[in-house]
Amino acid sequence: MASNLKQSRPKPKKGKINWARNQEADYFANTVKLYRQGKYDSDSFRRFRLQHGAYGTRLADDYAMVRIKLPAGEIYPNQIERISQLSEQFSIGSAHFSTRENIQLHWVVLEDVSEILRGLSEVGLTSREACGNTVRNVMCSPLSGVCPDEEFDATPYALATARFFLRNPMAQNLPRKFKFNFTCCEKHGMVRMVDVGLIPQTREQDGATQKGFKIFLGGGLGNKSFVGHQLEEFTPEEDLLYTSIAVMRIFDRLGDRKNMARNRMRYLVNDMGWEKFQNLVLKERAIVRATQSVVTRLNVDNTPNEIKKPIRVSNESGSTAVDGYARWLKGNTFKQKQPGYYSVFVTLEAGDITSNQLHVLSELIQDFSSEGLARAGFSQNISLRYVHEDDLPHLYTKLLSAGLAKSGSLTMSAPIGCSGTTSCNLALTNSHRLAKEIQRKFLELKLDEDDDLRDSSIKISGCPNSCGQHGIATIGFFGGGGRVDKDMYPNYMMQLGGRSDGETMLGVSCLRVPAKRVIPVILKIIEIFKENKKPDDDLKSWIHRVVNGIDDSNIKSVNDLKEILTPLTLPPSKTEDPDFYADYGSDTSYHTKTGKGECAA
Amino acid sequence: MSQEKVVKTTTDIDSLRSEIRDKSVRVIDVRREEDYKKDHIPTAVNLPLANLLSDDSPERVQKLVNSMGIDDETSVVVYDDTFGALASRVAWTLEYLGHSDVSLLETTYGAWKSLGLEQDNIIPEIQKKDHSINLRPEILATSDYLESSKDKRDVILVDNRERLNYLEQHIPGAISLPYRTLASSDKILRPKEDMKRLLDNRGISGDSEIITYCGSVGTLSGLAYYALKSVGLPNAKLYVRSFKEWKSLSKPTEKQEDANYWDLSAE
Repeated sequence: MASNLKQSRPKPKKGKINWARNQEADYFANTVKLYRQGKYDSDSFRRFRLQHGAYGTRLADDYAMVRIKLPAGEIYPNQIERISQLSEQFSIGSAHFSTRENIQLHWVVLEDVSEILRGLSEVGLTSREACGNTVRNVMCSPLSGVCPDEEFDATPYALATARFFLRNPMAQNLPRKFKFNFTCCEKHGMVRMVDVGLIPQTREQDGATQKGFKIFLGGGLGNKSFVGHQLEEFTPEEDLLYTSIAVMRIFDRLGDRKNMARNRMRYLVNDMGWEKFQNLVLKERAIVRATQSVVTRLNVDNTPNEIKKPIRVSNESGSTAVDGYARWLKGNTFKQKQPGYYSVFVTLEAGDITSNQLHVLSELIQDFSSEGLARAGFSQNISLRYVHEDDLPHLYTKLLSAGLAKSGSLTMSAPIGCSGTTSCNLALTNSHRLAKEIQRKFLELKLDEDDDLRDSSIKISGCPNSCGQHGIATIGFFGGGGRVDKDMYPNYMMQLGGRSDGETMLGVSCLRVPAKRVIPVILKIIEIFKENKKPDDDLKSWIHRVVNGIDDSNIKSVNDLKEILTPLTLPPSKTEDPDFYADYGSDTSYHTKTGKGECAA
Repeated sequence: MSQEKVVKTTTDIDSLRSEIRDKSVRVIDVRREEDYKKDHIPTAVNLPLANLLSDDSPERVQKLVNSMGIDDETSVVVYDDTFGALASRVAWTLEYLGHSDVSLLETTYGAWKSLGLEQDNIIPEIQKKDHSINLRPEILATSDYLESSKDKRDVILVDNRERLNYLEQHIPGAISLPYRTLASSDKILRPKEDMKRLLDNRGISGDSEIITYCGSVGTLSGLAYYALKSVGLPNAKLYVRSFKEWKSLSKPTEKQEDANYWDLSAE
């Protein structure tokens, strides 16, 4: 009889910050009712809905996507368990990790959104200001706190910033959305392609070590992308909040509120010129500092997280000889600065995870992570940190049986794909499925094990807007339609050489590649690279030279590459190859169809 | 001391245990025979759902009910180990026959066991009884009935399959309420207030006629039928042959066009 009893784990660690407000669920439910009764006009309702984190769904007014914020990427076991339940009850039985440390539930009936908000609030999570013209989820590197190259852990600052701006009146009606990214170091980047990007740094002053940040402003990916500028040499930590407020005040005052297509802050910076903008920020900061009626501070909680090896409920010794372990170890784990500990990255196919896998993950965090929580990553994935090296084989076995041990998380074989035509109003192609197809092909060919490809990336957006971050990919794609006479086919513009590290640059357009030719074209690029590489080259460094026109091999420019690749992209006739004219995941002829975007609503 | 019987949707664990002690209840276990034989709630009889479905004509159901020692007055509690859906289908069948005092155990057999509650493998000896047939057509919906009511304004058709199945294909006009929505973490149905709020948000309330259906034999939608009953909605019907029959009759269906939602689901 005792064997039937479920053994219980020690109580899981819970989040220190409650991001939720219980009453918002009721308020949302009532507002939906008023809207349905015609007592709320649709523009106001859309604004309200977005403010609460519910986005519209592709050509289907009655469905929403609920975007759950994970500030600094942190998520606790009870929260993952709850999202597992909610995805099964109100969504499609799976959830989706975004590139901005959100978890999304798609195809939710509008009238059920309030039930999700209620369920989230019980575990301290919110979707508030996950959409709309607000401060979006404040990101932090999943390696912050464990990265050997960081000056200090930026996580407490990311959390404090998120806390300060959430529901803050000054952030409720900006000209457009506003994004903060904190990171650990230059290499793990993502700070120059966002409104405000921050890298922790320290300096010695009067014999003491002072904490501060390198702050980058005015970057961003979108229909038109820009690289951010560094504000000043060193911004001391006590100026972090004043700087943030100053930048937002300028944006609020001067940002374009009319032209939806050009109202992100990066356009303001670009139109005004960096030096002028920089000056304005520094002046505004002096005013902010001098005029705050009480000393306004970030509530930075620098108490270190408790690191405690979990007491395992079951302790069967894991065999190290399990198939695929070495490959997984190489492509999915990161050696932390803390001796003996690893961060384990879980690859998901384009960010998708089933409710059952979420349930398993919740247990594995409790059983294997000595910090008792997980961190969402930058590339539609999630990481369990502080896993002791002795436990890695055992964890691998557990992940394997849950279908969560796909190799190559930290390699080129884990492409990013935005949601595309699976749910987005603006999408022209099924970028989501294409990312999965590329991943399957890469894993089949074991390209995740190729060191030359490791640091490169593939990122795909279903339209010119950059949710899939194609602009910073080694090989990036964005969707559109191609045409042969009257017949349309799904097509992608390919861009090369984008990166988001210390040498951030946007990808350079190469050529249009039909959806069903994307995989052959990528493989061909790898082949050309192998023929032309220098001994210590990797794909990323080689492409970097090619797009900058400084390679001395046979491939001297993007045009040389284009010439070789063009024959692969020529459309066959429809009778010859009807499959060419259908997008992935569809057996009917391709046609473009979009709804109204809401990002700017 | 006469006490008026209150008809309830679910029976809580403690009540069932005391009714078993008082021998005032007939418990039906609807799991497969081999599972039942291993262990079950004491005094329970076995009626595997498949056995019932092989022929669920009123005459056959009457025979089955008689052989389980159930007459018109017997208090019956049904349980399963599949979140209440199979038990619901059996309970509904008894209701349709005209049996008024039938309810669902509030939890599953798995949960019962994990709480360490009584179980044995004794197969009880049953004295046959005589149950009347007093059909209740008002709780049954047929495909013809669905067609005839499609233009009625006060009819709500509820699809209890998973969301992806609904998006892919459903009966025109149906709304989607996946069966997973109905349960709470430890009970087969949400607490009454919770359920009421959920249904109310979806416009499922008042005196509307509400018809539930699911994929094939009326199990998931059977559970939904009891969910509606649990909040006192008076006019619920089960389309017991459900979408399987609807499709086999080549009746019209609707789908969500222009989106590759299946590619968003993880395998």
